[in-house]
Amino acid sequence: MSAGLAPWALGSDTGGSIKQPAALCGIVGLRPTYGTVSRYGIVAFASSLDQIGPLGKTVRDCALLYRIIAGRDPCDSTTVDLPEPVELPKREDLRGLRIGVPRELNEAEGIEPGVAEAVARAIDLCRELGAEVGECELPRSVEYGLPCYYLVAPAEASSNLARYDGVRYGFRAEGATLRELQRRTRDAGFGDEPKRRIMLGTYALSAGYYDAFYGQAQRVRTIIRAEHDAAFERFDVLAGPTSPTVAFRLGERTENPLAMYLSDLLTIPSCMAGLPGLSLPCGLSAGLPVGLQLVGRQFAENTLFRAGHALERALAFDRVPPRLAAA
Amino acid sequence: MSDGRGTGSSQRWEPVIGLEIHVQLKTRTKLFCRCEAGWGAEPNRRTCPVCLAHPGTLPVLNGRAIEWTIKLGLALGCRVAERAIFHRKHYFYPDLPKGYQISQYDEPLCVEGRVSVPGPAGDLEIGIVRAHLEEDAAKTVHVGGAGGRIGGAEHSLVDFNRGGTPLVEIVTRPDLHSAEDARRFLQLLRQTVIELGVSDAEMELGTLRVDANVSVRRAGEAALRTRTEIKNMNSFAFVGQGIQAEAERQIGIWESGGEVVQQTFDFHAGSRTLTASRSKEEADDYRYLPEPDLVPVEPSRELVERLRAELPELPGARIRRLEGAVGLEAAAGLVTGGRDRLFERVVAAGIEPRAVGNVLMNQFAGTGVDPEAVDAAELARVIEARDRIPRSAFVEALAASGDPGFSAGPYLADAAVSDAAELEPIVERVLAANEAQVAAFRAGKQGLLGFFVGQVMRETAGKANAKVVSELVRSRLER
Repeated sequence: MSAGLAPWALGSDTGGSIKQPAALCGIVGLRPTYGTVSRYGIVAFASSLDQIGPLGKTVRDCALLYRIIAGRDPCDSTTVDLPEPVELPKREDLRGLRIGVPRELNEAEGIEPGVAEAVARAIDLCRELGAEVGECELPRSVEYGLPCYYLVAPAEASSNLARYDGVRYGFRAEGATLRELQRRTRDAGFGDEPKRRIMLGTYALSAGYYDAFYGQAQRVRTIIRAEHDAAFERFDVLAGPTSPTVAFRLGERTENPLAMYLSDLLTIPSCMAGLPGLSLPCGLSAGLPVGLQLVGRQFAENTLFRAGHALERALAFDRVPPRLAAA
Repeated sequence: MSDGRGTGSSQRWEPVIGLEIHVQLKTRTKLFCRCEAGWGAEPNRRTCPVCLAHPGTLPVLNGRAIEWTIKLGLALGCRVAERAIFHRKHYFYPDLPKGYQISQYDEPLCVEGRVSVPGPAGDLEIGIVRAHLEEDAAKTVHVGGAGGRIGGAEHSLVDFNRGGTPLVEIVTRPDLHSAEDARRFLQLLRQTVIELGVSDAEMELGTLRVDANVSVRRAGEAALRTRTEIKNMNSFAFVGQGIQAEAERQIGIWESGGEVVQQTFDFHAGSRTLTASRSKEEADDYRYLPEPDLVPVEPSRELVERLRAELPELPGARIRRLEGAVGLEAAAGLVTGGRDRLFERVVAAGIEPRAVGNVLMNQFAGTGVDPEAVDAAELARVIEARDRIPRSAFVEALAASGDPGFSAGPYLADAAVSDAAELEPIVERVLAANEAQVAAFRAGKQGLLGFFVGQVMRETAGKANAKVVSELVRSRLER
């Protein structure tokens, strides 16, 4: 996308796999409200979190693609009809919009200074465009969002990945008995990260641990949702960085799963709450793109498109990195 | 001995039985996909990406199955939950392609029911804990090895046609206290299910499956002792035998100072024995997870009330209604055999109830004629004439009574020979030809009466009135 090889793309997102890559690559990505886009056809990872969303060069492109993919699908019982049609954004101001800046999302440990600066400039710009900007809080969402995510997602993944046993389809390793065939298929077919998550998830769902882990995580999820709802009583959009850092080097974090997990810290809370989030490029840090995350109410994609579009026009982000432009 | 409260030392013991029943619904399609459900297709023809658990597929709930489960729940006196949710029940077995079964767990569709089962000592009140909806597993066939079981089999085959078929699981409270109680309850339940039109409920075909939880306690004891579970009993008779055998085993253990261990047993019909299949130590951890691919089921009040209004008069009530006329056993037999409506129509035509009950329960039942296809007025004429026409004509008439346009006339015309003067020479001839049997009869073998009557019937090509012949033979020999 960033290299201009495709006009649009669809991403599958569980805890940030649309917004985070969009931020790191300097493009626009929307993770829609849970239930607005069918999951039929995607390989399920964490069913209560999985969503499909558009990636594009502009907010308007994302809106165009979203307009096509959104809506109820009889093959996915968790989908709904959109309460209002998708509107392509036109306005270039933010008058009448109230934008909240959750302290925890903007001041979390690990946010690089260059990222914080670019995001702060974008938020200043919101004021200039006529938005009403104020601080707000999401204390438990950010503190507990990530740990809860790493209970819910692996638990569901451990369930969803059980079918890949090599019997009916897909990769199969040979074995003298069914059990041996299945063991070897799983051993060779799954990478380290899926295995890690299957083990975590199986443990979290075990008898005697369910209430302490999966059950508790789902209760916290309700609290996260309530916290967001409270913030949306005062604001229409919540703004902050998409990723704490700019793009890291290839393979840099594969040896350190925890650091990798932390890179989803800021995208996870709204995913856990099932809310839509839009990431758009808002500047550079150390020569690499920084993403601004806008989170909206359930089904408020139109508001996100409007805010994102106006900001995009005002920011005039140049998608071609300077070092490439110079070359 | 069909009663667990048998004789001897077991007299002081009372079995405590709870049942877990699976009823396969006969919906046109499966529970979560559009595949045709039901019997008769080549293996693995009624499958699709959804019921084979292919990547990317999602379940879509069959609304008819929900309605039928509610209907069945209402017939069992259950309360229909305002909100029910599906759970994933995980286990690895080749019959379960997703690695989990979609079932219901702590928020089932129907709860807290009660069924009154007419019994000799008043109604048995059987509590229903729950009736929930779930998908059936595929069918596995183990080839080679002993007894068609997976251990020792050379290979196993899986037929996914059954996988994903809707099942209602019904769990009773431990309110049953004998194998006989269990049989009465199950027969009533089966008839209820059949009359609701939601399942064929054939134990032999596995569309009705019964597991029993059994414990025993000393009469008067309030607490429950350790229970065991019996599986694989695929007829009403086997359910009775399995419960009986297990209750006796447990009584033996307690009386010899031992301790019953929580276990699951398989019943073997051939030897009527139980073998342990797994103990509690190996109990499965199903890792229940609320099914994120489905939304909660919230049946509207209107739907529940509409389904309640559609319920027919239930079999239990009908047994009680007929009990006065023909006695409990005949009433229960007529109702659970699906012949009580015909009974009432024939009685309404003026025939004596006990005679009608007797014929419908015995000779008529033997014909396999569909009671619903019978013209009751014509059948009434046949039953009314039962002592006047030859036995063969009577039986033929019953067998034909379900045919379209059946008329009793031709069978009645074939009147039996009841004239003693006409029959006496034949009786004499038969007795003369069977001297040895005559001597034996006179020496006390009264059972030979039937033999003589049979001989006379043969001589007359079945046209003799058996009752008259029997009287003639008796008076002739006892002279």
